[in-house]
Amino acid sequence: MVAADLLVAQNVGFYLIAAIMVIGALRVVTSNNVVHAALWLVVVLAGAAAQYVLLAAEFVAITQVLVYIGAVMVLFLFGTMLTRARIGAETDLNNKNWLLGVPVAVLMLATMVIALNDGFGNEQLPLDAAPVDTMAISDQIFGPYLLPFWALSFVLLAAVIGAIVLARKD
Amino acid sequence: MLLNQFLVLGAVLFSIGVYGVIARRNAVLVLMSIELILNSVNINLLAFSLRSGTPDGHTFALYVIAVAAAEVGVGLAMVLLMYRNRRSIALDELAEMKG
Amino acid sequence: MFAASSEAASAALTSGFFLENAWVIPVIPAVAFALIIFFGRRMPMKGSEFGILSMVASLVFSGGAIMQWIDRVNGAGEEQFIAPIVKTWTWWQSGGMEFGLGQHVDGLTLAVLGVVAFISTLVQIYSVEYLRGDRRYTHFFASLTLFSAGMMNMVVAENMIQLILGWEIMGLCSFMLIGHWWEEGANSRAALKAFFTTRTGDVGLLAGTSILFFAANDWTQKTLGVSGFSIRGLSAWALSGEPSHSAIVWGAAALFIAAIGKSGQFPLHTWLPDAMAGPTPVSSLLHSSTMVVAGVFLVARLYPVFFEGMDILGGSSNFIVIIGGITIVIAAALAFVQTDIKKVLAYSTVSQLGYMMMGLGAGAWLPAVFHIFTHAFFKACLFLGAGSISHSASHHSFEMKKDMGGLRKFMPVTFGTWVISTLALCGVFPFSGFFSKDEIIDNVGHNGYTLFMYVGLGGAFLTAAYMTRATYLTFFGEPRGAAAGEHHDDGHGDAHAAHDDHAHDDHGHHDHHDAHAAHDGHHGDSHGPHESPALITVPLVILATLAIGSGLLNAVPFGHSFENFTKWVEPRVEVISPTGLATVVGGPGASRPAAEEEGDGHSAEEGHHDSPCGKETPKDGVCVAPQLSHAEFKWSKAALSMIIVLLGMVISWVLCVQLYDRKNKALVGLTERNALLGRGYRFLVNKYYLDALYENVIVRGIAHPVSAAAYWVNQNVLDGAVNGAGNITRKVSGWVYRNVDQRVVDGTVNASGEAARGLGGFLRPVQSGKVNQYGALLFGTAAIGALVLVIINT
Repeated sequence: MVAADLLVAQNVGFYLIAAIMVIGALRVVTSNNVVHAALWLVVVLAGAAAQYVLLAAEFVAITQVLVYIGAVMVLFLFGTMLTRARIGAETDLNNKNWLLGVPVAVLMLATMVIALNDGFGNEQLPLDAAPVDTMAISDQIFGPYLLPFWALSFVLLAAVIGAIVLARKD
Repeated sequence: MLLNQFLVLGAVLFSIGVYGVIARRNAVLVLMSIELILNSVNINLLAFSLRSGTPDGHTFALYVIAVAAAEVGVGLAMVLLMYRNRRSIALDELAEMKG
Repeated sequence: MFAASSEAASAALTSGFFLENAWVIPVIPAVAFALIIFFGRRMPMKGSEFGILSMVASLVFSGGAIMQWIDRVNGAGEEQFIAPIVKTWTWWQSGGMEFGLGQHVDGLTLAVLGVVAFISTLVQIYSVEYLRGDRRYTHFFASLTLFSAGMMNMVVAENMIQLILGWEIMGLCSFMLIGHWWEEGANSRAALKAFFTTRTGDVGLLAGTSILFFAANDWTQKTLGVSGFSIRGLSAWALSGEPSHSAIVWGAAALFIAAIGKSGQFPLHTWLPDAMAGPTPVSSLLHSSTMVVAGVFLVARLYPVFFEGMDILGGSSNFIVIIGGITIVIAAALAFVQTDIKKVLAYSTVSQLGYMMMGLGAGAWLPAVFHIFTHAFFKACLFLGAGSISHSASHHSFEMKKDMGGLRKFMPVTFGTWVISTLALCGVFPFSGFFSKDEIIDNVGHNGYTLFMYVGLGGAFLTAAYMTRATYLTFFGEPRGAAAGEHHDDGHGDAHAAHDDHAHDDHGHHDHHDAHAAHDGHHGDSHGPHESPALITVPLVILATLAIGSGLLNAVPFGHSFENFTKWVEPRVEVISPTGLATVVGGPGASRPAAEEEGDGHSAEEGHHDSPCGKETPKDGVCVAPQLSHAEFKWSKAALSMIIVLLGMVISWVLCVQLYDRKNKALVGLTERNALLGRGYRFLVNKYYLDALYENVIVRGIAHPVSAAAYWVNQNVLDGAVNGAGNITRKVSGWVYRNVDQRVVDGTVNASGEAARGLGGFLRPVQSGKVNQYGALLFGTAAIGALVLVIINT
């Protein structure tokens, strides 16, 4: 495959996945069924993982699949189950003034698109980028970013303890 | 590929997430919308990482994923607590702080 | 992520498993601490078995390391430099600075390490009995074990950061242990006082470490390839002639402030006697033999820094020797007016620490370190003896005058060990204290600090006197109070109670001075005074044996072959090559500059060779220890101090008999009759008013003037202005009321009130309490703000 073909394939892939992701995301925020919303979120997250692969980030993509689609989604479904959401459509999932969200979201999107077009215009991404290997990432984590890594371990510890304390039954 | 197409995709997902945070009444759905926002940020981080040719963005993306996991854990614990106390997870009923 | 880099000894020196792995010693109790915290409550002995096992393991490891070190020293040449066994691992790095963990093992390390492991083991065994049934038994052992871990970590520390880590762990654990029975306000106050007072000094530790790091780092990196935190780096730097005067002076002064706080030296000694509120094993471990030694250890460890920074042996008095001398005398004087036996021992500890500091300040490094060693044994024995008395005889009271007396008949073992340790503390000839304390006094005089030699001798007199008084009050005379069985109605102590002609106040008195009353397991020792069980007496006997025997390790009077401690612990003073701290090529002697011929006056009398270290810039290498000299032992000098000590004992004994037993009319109540003595007595009872100074002058002195000034301003300036203004106002206001108020102001006020209400009503829905709306406002505002920025920038 020559570079141009590859480019076409990548572009097609990108727009296909992006379209699925946007549709999925819209369904997440509009669905009348909590379980359906969670499943649409899986679609969006899987699409994001695919986009990461396109961005030469294989390790992050795998982590996304394992952590998000594996663990976080299970958590969401558990949360839905434990709070006895009806399996099926509900009518009162939105606020009374949900329409307020539309102008805010549109305004934000417009602002960002204007700013991005202005800033990056037609800038190309490098075509021949090799996937970032995991060793480089680990060198980063345990090298210059060791301190944030430690802070993060404390955040996780605090989250674990906090979750236990909050959800305990007494 | 353009850099911008990834950034605009991130912007779209972010805006949808913001809409979800504002419009949704169910606490679990609000948490899901927050996940959308975090993912859009990750896409941006990785796109810029590819542009600059350094793996820093990957590191940050991994950190974001870890923080998101912690956030979901604590968030859902709070939702459970809310449910246990009020038999409901509708956010607009939690208005005792109103002025 | 840990890359091991070993800078072990040169080939000629032997080493061994225990020496190479000395870093394990603090790790063992740290692990045991975790085990106690997590599993202690479920264990058959409530966690104490972990503590004791870890202490025994540490003791075995330190014992092995000590044996191997002795082999290493004995295998080396007479004047060969014995390289410390140094290992470092990178702990973390940030912005080009590297912080290591590791070990720096030499004679000093091992001497203190052995003492700490040994005393900790005995104290833990003792605590099993002493705290049996306590409600926080497991936590007590956890803190005790972590405390030992902290101290050991500090002792083996390779660099200042590691040392600070151990130092702070000790501070925290001492807080927890002193406040162990925190239900009583006095105990928790004592814990807080100890914590805050030592923290005051700790500021100096941090400041000093930073100053030294920034001053030394470039030189140590370039010359030795180690960071400016490392102890050997700092030592070499201090003696290299490189450091600027101000840097090393300020660094040493700041570090010494930390040592003052931790070791209870003169201005900051007030916390140590209060810290006796903790359980007695805690007093014995923390506040007699290990924790308070930390400050002395710091000075001994970084001795070159203090040597240069404080200008030790520079011909005039320095900060360290002055503080040490003051501490000796004031603490010994305070010990006379105490009625609590543990407080006598506490002040005695302060005074002995003063000896160590004075020795270090006067160039008597080795005797001071040896005094750490011997003092640990006999002081621990004394504290445990006091605990044994309160546990088994005086019904958990520590009041000598009220609840003790005549105990030698009931507690022969405790009495015997007490007397041995007292004689050791006083420095009577064959006991260990003589060999260390007398050496300090001797060397202080030898190094030209004549005044402080007399201070030391005076301190020895006072020590002998107050210890005789304490011994008399406790073990001789008639039993009083609880020792006479007064608290019990089972008839057991009645025979003694009949003798007791003291007007004794009621039962309740003993609750407020007795921390022990709070603990729940008041077990069956309510049968009058009796000897303590074996778990208590065995550690006492072991310690008393060492109080006699440990002095023989460095028995200077018996000739050079007995100076083993000197041989094993004192660093060999050599100019060494910067790489790997091995001796400079050419061997000892060859590299020594000839310029040293004339030497200094006082080092000439030694058979020892002379090295330039500490006197001038070393050539072709670095020094890690300054050249010190030792005084020659003379029986005449020893006899003088012996006479002084015996004099102190005899005078004190006679006074005690007259005062407490015979009730000599001329002496009883003397302090009330003689104004001068009375004033002196009150001065001492109030502890020189230092506590009052700290609380009233320093704490309130800042708050009071501010509030007083504010009050004055309020009363005079503001009130006057207000009154004056009031008069004018009253006149003006009549006019104003009629014209302005009714028409203009009322209208304005009403209008603004309306406006505020309207605005509030307008904004009220914003504060809806609904999270989603807050989110909408947040994101919306952010979007608008971003849009404004975008528009401005395009």
